[in-house]
Amino acid sequence: MASAARVIGSGDTRAGLPAFVQPLPSGPYRSLNPTTKGVIAVSEALVAFAVRGWSGPLAVLLALALTAAVARLGRSLLPFLIATVPITASILLVNTFLFPGATDRIVTIGPFAPTWTGLTAAVQATLRVVAFAMSVAVLVLTTRPDELVADLERRGAPRGVTFVIGATVRTIPRVVQRAREITEAQRARGLDTEGRVWRRVRGVLPLAAPLVFGSLNEVEEQTMALEARAFSATGRRTPLRVFPDHVAQRALRWMLAIGTTALIILSIAGALAFLP
Amino acid sequence: MTLTLEAVTYRYPGTARPALADISLEIAPGAVLGLVGANEAGKSTLCLLAAGLAPATIGGRIEGRVVIDGLATVAARPSELAQRCGILFQNAETQLSGTAATVWEEVAFGPRNLSLSLAEIAERTDWALGILGIEALAPREPGRLSGGQAQLVALAAVLAMRPAYLVLDEPTSQLDPQGTKMVGSALQRLAHDTGVGLLVVEHKTDLLASIAERCLVLADGRIVGGGPSAELLADPRLDGWGVEPPSAVRIERAARSAGLAEAMLSAIAALP
Repeated sequence: MASAARVIGSGDTRAGLPAFVQPLPSGPYRSLNPTTKGVIAVSEALVAFAVRGWSGPLAVLLALALTAAVARLGRSLLPFLIATVPITASILLVNTFLFPGATDRIVTIGPFAPTWTGLTAAVQATLRVVAFAMSVAVLVLTTRPDELVADLERRGAPRGVTFVIGATVRTIPRVVQRAREITEAQRARGLDTEGRVWRRVRGVLPLAAPLVFGSLNEVEEQTMALEARAFSATGRRTPLRVFPDHVAQRALRWMLAIGTTALIILSIAGALAFLP
Repeated sequence: MTLTLEAVTYRYPGTARPALADISLEIAPGAVLGLVGANEAGKSTLCLLAAGLAPATIGGRIEGRVVIDGLATVAARPSELAQRCGILFQNAETQLSGTAATVWEEVAFGPRNLSLSLAEIAERTDWALGILGIEALAPREPGRLSGGQAQLVALAAVLAMRPAYLVLDEPTSQLDPQGTKMVGSALQRLAHDTGVGLLVVEHKTDLLASIAERCLVLADGRIVGGGPSAELLADPRLDGWGVEPPSAVRIERAARSAGLAEAMLSAIAALP
């Protein structure tokens, strides 16, 4: 490996590592400590659901809009927004038309009678789901899974926990690829996986068994391969890098944790009923 | 100092019939021992025993002893054994941790588990990549490698643990000819340039003929034959044991049976 590619310098925690290994993220918001970004995302998601009425989801969406603007996320949020459409559409339909006990009809169309109460509840629930999705999106778009896992590891999280988080995130594309291969194989043997919805649903069943059993079969070999690389060794794994973590960020994390917990307790106790 | 199996008999959990019976073998540092046998002969089980993963990780009952440089495997922790004897399985995909963003980090995964210093981790990782000639793969994403490349990365990851012995369980069985060639030449380099003792299980006897000094034949969980590779891999009993001889041997036999001239036979026998 060329020495020019190395990070050199006494006292540098990355001394000896190639420059391409886990470069520190840069830019507004992205350069925050991964755990700080994680705590912000969790707090936003919890507040959106815990604080009743319009206040919770709208406050979170406002915060998310500011964050997205600072981090220059723009259009990259769109796929996450689109992903919420099936669930938000069903929330809107079910609540608007079938809200239990609501009598304030907007209009009557044959057997259907959407209500204002139902529509209000539906929009609020939709905003909560969107706020949740966007908080996840902002975290995912500004923080690589490896960064979050590496920082948690440095903070002393058990190696089993961080491994499961990291492996799960990185395994998803592999499972998708395998599902595609099995689908192709089943299709080559005459299985109909296209066309009407019910045909597609029927096509999923023969796909599930090889996918699940194939993955389970690999687990034993994976376990042994991990053992062969001293995964069960005691002691702390050596972190490859240390993310900057300033006092202000630590204070922010504590404030968010305490504030979110307080809001949840107050909301459950009914002390936030005055909020719109 | 050797990796030794002393009269080892092993049964999988819940089974009475031994998967391996009365196995004795020895691998010295820097030596390459080949192991051949039909499917279900017990080759993979022998690999797990030699690396200390059986019975420690998968359970089962063992009689006799597996000793790696004076340390009996039944008395050692898996992390301790990992630094004495590495193992490479058939499927490269299952051997990669799945948590690393680059090949370099994947290879560094094991040394990091040992809580080594960053300088030591970097040194071991670069050495492992260098000895296999795959330094150029270092910045690549492990999930986007070819089969042969992924198997070499898995091998580098095991080598970074600095084991004195390596057990390779059909390392090329899932590779295309190009991948097989890639791994084959890496193993040749490994055997010649380091003092690592290798136990190589392979169906592809051409590969064994080129790297192993000695070979053993396993059938129904027992060692039924053994000797210098050149002699054993030309043994007429090999087909009966369910093992296909190397291509040079097969060509020679075909030529003999077709009654070709001795001069032509000599020319074919001289083929690499």
